[in-house]
Amino acid sequence: MLLEVKDLFCERDERILFKRFSMQVKAGEVVQIIGQNGSGKTTLLRILCGLSDAYEGEIFWQDQLINDVRHAYYQAMLYVGHLAGVKGILTAEENLQWMVQLDSSLNKCSIAKALKLVGLYGFEDVPCHSLSAGQQRRVGLARLYLSNAPLWILDEPFTALDKKGVAEKEAFIAEHVSAGGSVILTTHHDLSIPKQIIRPINLDEMAR
Amino acid sequence: MSFFYATLKRELLLVFRHRSDIINPLAFFLMVAVLFPLGVSPDPTFLSEVASGVIWVAALLACLLSVDGIFRSDYEDGSLEQMLISSESLWAIVTAKVITHWIVSGFFLALISPLVAMMFFLPEPAYPSLIASLLLGTPTLSLMGAIGSALTVGLRKGGVLISLLVLPLYIPVLIFGAGTVQAGAMGLPIQGYLALLAAILVFSLMLAPIAIVAALKISVRS
Repeated sequence: MLLEVKDLFCERDERILFKRFSMQVKAGEVVQIIGQNGSGKTTLLRILCGLSDAYEGEIFWQDQLINDVRHAYYQAMLYVGHLAGVKGILTAEENLQWMVQLDSSLNKCSIAKALKLVGLYGFEDVPCHSLSAGQQRRVGLARLYLSNAPLWILDEPFTALDKKGVAEKEAFIAEHVSAGGSVILTTHHDLSIPKQIIRPINLDEMAR
Repeated sequence: MSFFYATLKRELLLVFRHRSDIINPLAFFLMVAVLFPLGVSPDPTFLSEVASGVIWVAALLACLLSVDGIFRSDYEDGSLEQMLISSESLWAIVTAKVITHWIVSGFFLALISPLVAMMFFLPEPAYPSLIASLLLGTPTLSLMGAIGSALTVGLRKGGVLISLLVLPLYIPVLIFGAGTVQAGAMGLPIQGYLALLAAILVFSLMLAPIAIVAALKISVRS
């Protein structure tokens, strides 16, 4: 068991997002969080990352409370949020070099390779603000190709990507999972990953 | 330690790519110095009397002007989230960011301060005291400003709130900073003032990073 959530309760603006919400994430599976807009998908992912304290309940990382093992948890987890943390005035390469410094689970040596894999070959030296929205997204997602972390938490990873880009990321996610990793993601799009490894969780049913 | 240097390098790179961040506080500082004699009185004896106070107030406001931006862009593009869930220490990031802010709004400002002092007919023996007091006082302004910036980064309009939060903390620095220059101008010993400024700096250097880290966590997590 990698991640376990027990009895999560979260309220936002006097609206209950989830109540007695429990879930488990095992190695080798993709947990797809679905729900309509405003159902609390991003809130849930932020809680799971330790980026929000506005909840009651317990979250365990390998059977220990995440608040007790934050350091180990952060090393084993990769989060790509809505905002990718990409600086517009830095180039793709400079952005990744900094991210690699920030997150010790990222692999230092293969930045050039990762940029090539996300299709930014030839754009390494262009400031990110002059890249398209999809290309900027790719800079953030290049972290996946550098990551050694077993758990990936991805918030709408496919926004602004073209069809080919989405297919490549899906294939890469499937590869990560088949190598024993696990992924929690939100997306409205039907994943073309083998159905047996996807476990959907519908948040619309949780509020009631 | 290598992580600290990498962060410092990144912050400096960001500032030097975005030159208006450097020019803004300096331009503000120079503008006050140019406009004040025009608006009040160009009389040299009057100006040399008020010089210490006006220069220090201008330096303080120039610092306050840029303090809002310390964490703003990182908050808006999601870098701050990544910093908070990093396995590296947030303390190093915060220190690197404050140092960068100080270099831009304190160090450069201290370097051009003799130019402004000249416009105010400050007696020449007071120049070293002006530079020394700015070099010792402005890091404290950056540290305390960063606390306000971290507390208000999650708010849409934090600008006014920062001034309210931070100005009371700036007052001792202003009093001792302007006092140093005044003593220097009168030929009195300035070591006492400098020692007090240094003491405030050491004190805030110890405690401010803790407060900034805590404030950032509150701003992002709640």
